[in-house]
Amino acid sequence: MEIERHEYDVVVIGAGGAGLRAAIEARQQGKKTAIVCKSLFGKAHTVMAEGGAAAAMGNVNPNDNWQVHFRDTMRGGKFLNNWRMAELHAMEAPDRVWELEAWGALFDRTKDGKISQRNFGGHEYPRLAHVGDRTGLELIRTLQQRVVALQQEDYAVHGDYEAYIKVFAECTITRLMKDGDAIAGAFGYWRENGSLIAFDAPAVVLATGGIGKSYVVTSNSWEYTGDGHALALLAGAKLINMEFIQFHPTGMVWPPSVRGILVTESVRGDGGVLRNSEGKRFMFDYIPEVFKDKYATTEEEADRWYTDQAGNRRPPELLPRDEVARAINAEVKAGRGSPQGGVFLDVSTRLPAEEIRRRLPSMHHQFKELADVDITTEPMQVGPTCHYIMGGVEVDADTGAASVPGLFAAGEVSGGMHGSNRLGGNSLSDLLVFGRRAGAGAASYVDDLARRPKASEATLTEARNEALAPLERAGENPYEVHHELQRTMNDLVGIIRKADEVAEAMEAVEKLKERARGVGAAGTRIYNPGWHLCLDLRNMLLVSECVARAALIRQESRGGHTRDDFPGMSPEWRRRLLVCSATDDGDTVTVEEQFQPSMRADLIALFDRDELSKYLTDEELAEYDAAVAAVAAVKE
Amino acid sequence: MSYKAKFRVWRGEGGEGKLEDFTVEVNEGEVVLDIIHRLQATQAPDLAVRWNCKAGKCGSCSMEINGKPRLGCMTRMSTFEEDETITVTPMRTFPVIKDLVTDVSFNYDKARQIPSFTPPADVKPGEYRMKQVDVERSQEFRKCIECFMCNNVCHVIRDHDENKPNFAGPRFLMRIAELDMHPYDVADRKDIAQDEHGLGYCNITKCCTEVCPEHIKITDNALIPMKERVVDRRYDPLVWLGNKIFKRSDSKTR
Repeated sequence: MEIERHEYDVVVIGAGGAGLRAAIEARQQGKKTAIVCKSLFGKAHTVMAEGGAAAAMGNVNPNDNWQVHFRDTMRGGKFLNNWRMAELHAMEAPDRVWELEAWGALFDRTKDGKISQRNFGGHEYPRLAHVGDRTGLELIRTLQQRVVALQQEDYAVHGDYEAYIKVFAECTITRLMKDGDAIAGAFGYWRENGSLIAFDAPAVVLATGGIGKSYVVTSNSWEYTGDGHALALLAGAKLINMEFIQFHPTGMVWPPSVRGILVTESVRGDGGVLRNSEGKRFMFDYIPEVFKDKYATTEEEADRWYTDQAGNRRPPELLPRDEVARAINAEVKAGRGSPQGGVFLDVSTRLPAEEIRRRLPSMHHQFKELADVDITTEPMQVGPTCHYIMGGVEVDADTGAASVPGLFAAGEVSGGMHGSNRLGGNSLSDLLVFGRRAGAGAASYVDDLARRPKASEATLTEARNEALAPLERAGENPYEVHHELQRTMNDLVGIIRKADEVAEAMEAVEKLKERARGVGAAGTRIYNPGWHLCLDLRNMLLVSECVARAALIRQESRGGHTRDDFPGMSPEWRRRLLVCSATDDGDTVTVEEQFQPSMRADLIALFDRDELSKYLTDEELAEYDAAVAAVAAVKE
Repeated sequence: MSYKAKFRVWRGEGGEGKLEDFTVEVNEGEVVLDIIHRLQATQAPDLAVRWNCKAGKCGSCSMEINGKPRLGCMTRMSTFEEDETITVTPMRTFPVIKDLVTDVSFNYDKARQIPSFTPPADVKPGEYRMKQVDVERSQEFRKCIECFMCNNVCHVIRDHDENKPNFAGPRFLMRIAELDMHPYDVADRKDIAQDEHGLGYCNITKCCTEVCPEHIKITDNALIPMKERVVDRRYDPLVWLGNKIFKRSDSKTR
């Protein structure tokens, strides 16, 4: 069997924001760069981002600066974040956004002609650079067009658009190849015709996004099968924080065509209420003790809040996301859900139709176009939806380097930046900042190499056999196995977790792994989605196992990890990161605890002692006191 | 609420193929792409279809449904009668790879032929100042999700492969207009629009505008104004005279 071979300095897997930014950087540093992506060029999941890119430019409120952004990010992540990443992110995001403008992006403007910035949850000041509600599309298109601009430069010099940067679209990588300990390249297949392809390259940047397709209800697209997470594991790298998954409380659950798609929080902010199948506004039953004095206890008071916010307490529909999601989950489990397994979110009886159309135009449009539901006359059905994974490849903050020499990661596939919970708007800025850093890290790694690693023939043969195996057996339908995995993860390792349920999920995943070894694909190698799914299953199962194992071990609730049996947040657990590794056949996953390093003195001194005392151990608070004293001494 | 629908789906690869009949379950609230996925999961695991976001935002699942270019994810089954046979075929203007998946590389080639955003050399990142009203025209065109249905439906190339080398299609003529209307772009784009990308072929039948899922007014707001800019350049006697006398290569004003 022929295997197409290519030689590059840097291979970037994934062409969303992080991948494109990494590739642009590697090429700008003179490296011959390949971009390999499962979809067409410009179709990545980044297009789904709406809100904006968080960057403390201070265009709207001049008090904003990187320190404030850093603080917000650490708070949002419940102080589990890799503080160095949060620092770099906050410091560099403005430059990354301005750079996009020089590449042709057209953000919305302030009155004085600067980039406009909007408010968002968890951000102290208006901070999100945006283009209406399609910021992700602007980002991906600008980066795509920047790649084209570089290709045009290369064409002018070399007469070949693809001399230094080439996009391999609709091409899936199934294995990273190594020479000894170091990365030697990547192996995969063309989706279009099923022929095999191998890249010989000393540096690989993973930018494959998330893992949402392991869940039934997700806002993620088909590509989010955890490929990069799995490729990294199989190559010997480590994943951290895999138990932290952000579930948005209100995703659409019905009709099926739009299951998982987000319903913006503004629906509730503008008066929308949650009801169960008995018509009861159930959130009043779910106000936790710590919030008792901040939220209304009667419908009358809650309703008055919309017009008089000073004299009344907030409606309980506006509790933090995890609280709302937990409540919805409980109602559904108690048999009081909507017909399709969510609850009702109703704004139609709350506001005049005209007012709904004026305040929520995109929601009105979304439901009308996608679901044939008129939200001015009928309720929506909503439920928690798997949205984002905070966990990912453990990387060096400055270079994006994983523990395997030559392997880099950026964006959602990397872990640490967002701690246990990501703030809205921090994803687009994350992929710009760390995409660039990973591209630069890869370029500099290649510069320093004494010799280029080379994959052995045996490595290629193994990768080839693994990729073609599903076509050579008449096995079980992979769609069945996939659906069962999605149900398992959704039901047992979803938004609320319990030890026995997670343990049950682990057993189920183990059985599914066995079944996945036997799945087969009918048909030819030409654009055969059944075959593709057989191969993606390995990745989804591996990642699901990491999520379940880490979720079972972490005995506390924090950010995107809620344990019904351990509802509190524990300072002891904050000091511990869970690190997953796997054998190279993917059969065995191991999870180990790792110590979370203390924040640098000048960074920890940015916080108040009172706030930190909720998160840190006594030992760390003593470090804080010393840090504050040291910072004060330097100032004097 | 569920019923059995009759689907005719184009199946084939390597330049050959035929419509294949399926009877398939349809549930309330589903879209055509859901039904294609059900066919994959139950009857035809190797049925090829491109898709991605399933929310009308990525522009991957362009296909022709009963002869009309549509996004599969945005076409609700409730818009059809239950006894109606629904015919799903690939986009006609581009070569078929397999089933509903076409080779859209034409579009990427054209994208590469259009000179990129060209800002003045002396403006640094962070120094850009633009009024909202001045960016809105180009912003409308940047809503484009590159579903390529406008290029698919355009009669200049729909049944005329011979025009493809000289015609970029509405998508990329709009891209030229977008750059030409960008407040900071200094490249001259009028001549290439006309001479290299075939703006003159467009006779403003607005088919592109009709199929645009983003409701971009491609013809009215991009193509016609671009035609006017070309006309102003070429047929304005003063400009013509100025060009003759001063040999100005860049008459563009910001």
